[in-house]
Amino acid sequence: MSNATATAPNYELIQRDGLDTGLLEISMGPHHPSTHGVFRMDVKLDGETVVDLQPVFGYLHRNHEKLAENMSYLSSMPFTDRLDYFNSMTNNWAYALAAEQLIEIEIPERAEYLRVIMSELTRLVNHVSLVGFFVNDLGALGTPLLYAFREREKILDLFEQASGARMMCNYFRFGGLRNDVPEGWLDRAREVVDRFPKFLDEYEKLLCENEIILSRTQGVGNLSKELAISAGITGPMLRASGESYDIRKVDRYGIYDRFQFRVPYSEGDVGDCYDRFMVRMLEMRESIGILKQALDGIEDGPVLGNAPKVFKPKPAEAYGRIEAPKGELGFYLIADGTPKPYRFRVRPPSFINLTVLRDMCLGQKVADAVIILGSIDIVLGEVDR
Amino acid sequence: MTTPNTSPGIDLDDTTRAELERAGVIVSKVDYLYNWARGGSVWPLTFGLACCAIEMIASATSRFDISRFGSEVFRPTPRQADLMIVSGTVTKKMAPQVVRIYNQMPEPKWVIAMGACAISGGPFKQGYNVLKGIDRYIPVDVYLPGCPPRPEAVLQSLNYLQEKIRTQDIKSDPAFTVGRRQYPVPEFTGTDLEPPYNPEVWQPPANPNAQPLEEATA
Amino acid sequence: MLQQFPEAEWDEAAGAIIAPLGQALAVAEWLLGQGVDYCSNVTGVDYLEREVKEKVTGEDGKMETVTRTIPSRMDVVYHLYSMQKQTGPLVLKQRTNREQPQVQSLTPVWRSCELQEREVYDLFGVDFTGHPDQRRILMWDEFEGHPMRKDYTEPFDYEWEPTPHNEILDKHHRGKVIV
Ligand code: SF4
Repeated sequence: MSNATATAPNYELIQRDGLDTGLLEISMGPHHPSTHGVFRMDVKLDGETVVDLQPVFGYLHRNHEKLAENMSYLSSMPFTDRLDYFNSMTNNWAYALAAEQLIEIEIPERAEYLRVIMSELTRLVNHVSLVGFFVNDLGALGTPLLYAFREREKILDLFEQASGARMMCNYFRFGGLRNDVPEGWLDRAREVVDRFPKFLDEYEKLLCENEIILSRTQGVGNLSKELAISAGITGPMLRASGESYDIRKVDRYGIYDRFQFRVPYSEGDVGDCYDRFMVRMLEMRESIGILKQALDGIEDGPVLGNAPKVFKPKPAEAYGRIEAPKGELGFYLIADGTPKPYRFRVRPPSFINLTVLRDMCLGQKVADAVIILGSIDIVLGEVDR
Repeated sequence: MTTPNTSPGIDLDDTTRAELERAGVIVSKVDYLYNWARGGSVWPLTFGLACCAIEMIASATSRFDISRFGSEVFRPTPRQADLMIVSGTVTKKMAPQVVRIYNQMPEPKWVIAMGACAISGGPFKQGYNVLKGIDRYIPVDVYLPGCPPRPEAVLQSLNYLQEKIRTQDIKSDPAFTVGRRQYPVPEFTGTDLEPPYNPEVWQPPANPNAQPLEEATA
Repeated sequence: MLQQFPEAEWDEAAGAIIAPLGQALAVAEWLLGQGVDYCSNVTGVDYLEREVKEKVTGEDGKMETVTRTIPSRMDVVYHLYSMQKQTGPLVLKQRTNREQPQVQSLTPVWRSCELQEREVYDLFGVDFTGHPDQRRILMWDEFEGHPMRKDYTEPFDYEWEPTPHNEILDKHHRGKVIV
């Protein structure tokens, strides 16, 4: 609890076993090594048990929406990279999808394939880093992160070759992609994809049946299916609670209807941290399957459709959503006939997934609150925007 | 190996120096040795604000390996850290905390402003909640531009910092003479932070195009 | 739906249902009963008062330009889906005035509104009656004003500069093609 910002302690005395003990109020964050950025939790503890928890947001509120309402449609594209900075490609896609509803553009076949490839690679990046951070939060300081980032670097190299940037790719355009991938890229991608299952085996051997991980994550942070649905939880977290809702299957945006893949979800109704961890592990395998199919199916062709030079849609409203690695990422655009969006709204998955943080943490130990937060998989750029 | 004569003020020619070294005597200055040692063991604070933090983490992983430069020990608590890498957008809501953390760090301490956001507000400069540069409140030693800077750039900024440390003079440097530098923590008001910048550290540069205040606000 | 609540309007342009004033909670509960169990997105939209020029054909068959004032208003928009039936989206809007915006909170029906309605309260200043915990969420507690409103002005900063996009827009208005 380094640098917990001091709040006035509130000692309500409680009688237990003849002892007068007080509730301890600590504020974890905004600078705390396990809050994944500048998130803050005001926790009330009775001994080590969490009796109350209030998340505090806004330490990274960068006014994305206001800025986007003051610029033309396309200029918001690089800003979407910075929402969820692990997954710039999927952010781009969600925004492009919403904007493409406003104006009729045909997307070339090759662009569709590349979009799927990029977004599944992004999913691998996200889940692999999540596993690293999650095990890091469990106390295995450093080492798992090194393994996770080793895999991540390989995929980032692919992104860099395609788009010129490691993290902030800014690769999608309305109606396709900015440019085609360089020569030989597909082969390199295939190489990375083919090697990936080996690393997954390694993880699974090391982590999935690890005694410490089992005992620290099973039965911790339970989330029931009813609460998950009502609270709008999406993504792997919802599927860990037993509802197999995947927007890739439901909306079939892009060309996801052409691929064979399964949606891993937990059959029980427990939804604990271990389930959330496992769902992500399994999802990586499915992503590899999709990637293989996409790399087989891709053909030559243009990558940018007949996008208009000036993107100036007629007054309309559009809501585009995709299955981002963290959950449902949606963009809500209101066009008013000018080149600027009248209203630009991001539906951030990790923000809404935090709704149930308090419910999951109550009654748990404070050390488990850290794991629960880690298993939600938040990125502050998206939570606060 | 002969230690290069980087200690001004000690006039030894290279032969004498080599002879002494063979006899097991190294002639140097306390400043040099001290700076060499602490320059090679800068402990950064585990302090991530936004996207740039991920690249900072990446610079610590095996591919880039910041430990080659002696800085792999990321300390979560400011009390044990020497270097604060302000990695990411500093919002107005976060700025008081950043200053507070800086105040808690012991001397000697350094700051790297990493990324366009920490330098000037970057892409989010026009935002109502974004601080236009952390140097308004705390002194910055190295500015590292980029959005985000590559991990290699992080390493290079560390090298620059080490260079800076090497030229510090223990006798006169404020880090050793003034005691722990602490700066006032800005307060929240209805619209903005108060004060909007710390005049001790930073002054707005003269802007030839700026309108007079009354005109601009009218 | 429109049969159940005859006062609800269907907004053709936006493809949205506008809930009758003060009945939003009842509408939401009814929808929940119909299997709309997942509320994805909640947001506010601020419409300033504006004037539009329209060309209408007068009675004598001549075209004339009429200036019409569209009054200001504030919308709170809900995007609803059904997870059971895998359908959606259904857009539900609550319409209120700008000066004293007040709508019913739908948090009792869908928990996912909790944080998002707090956000709308913070950034737009819409008052949600029945919200369990209505506080500022993104800005600090002492903050005044609601920054996402269209007429919000920032505190003066000497470094303020017009964005490059303003210029592009100006050019665009003057009819020059931009790339
Ligand atoms: S400089 Fe760029 S990458 Fe770094 S925090 Fe700012 S927006 Fe993110």
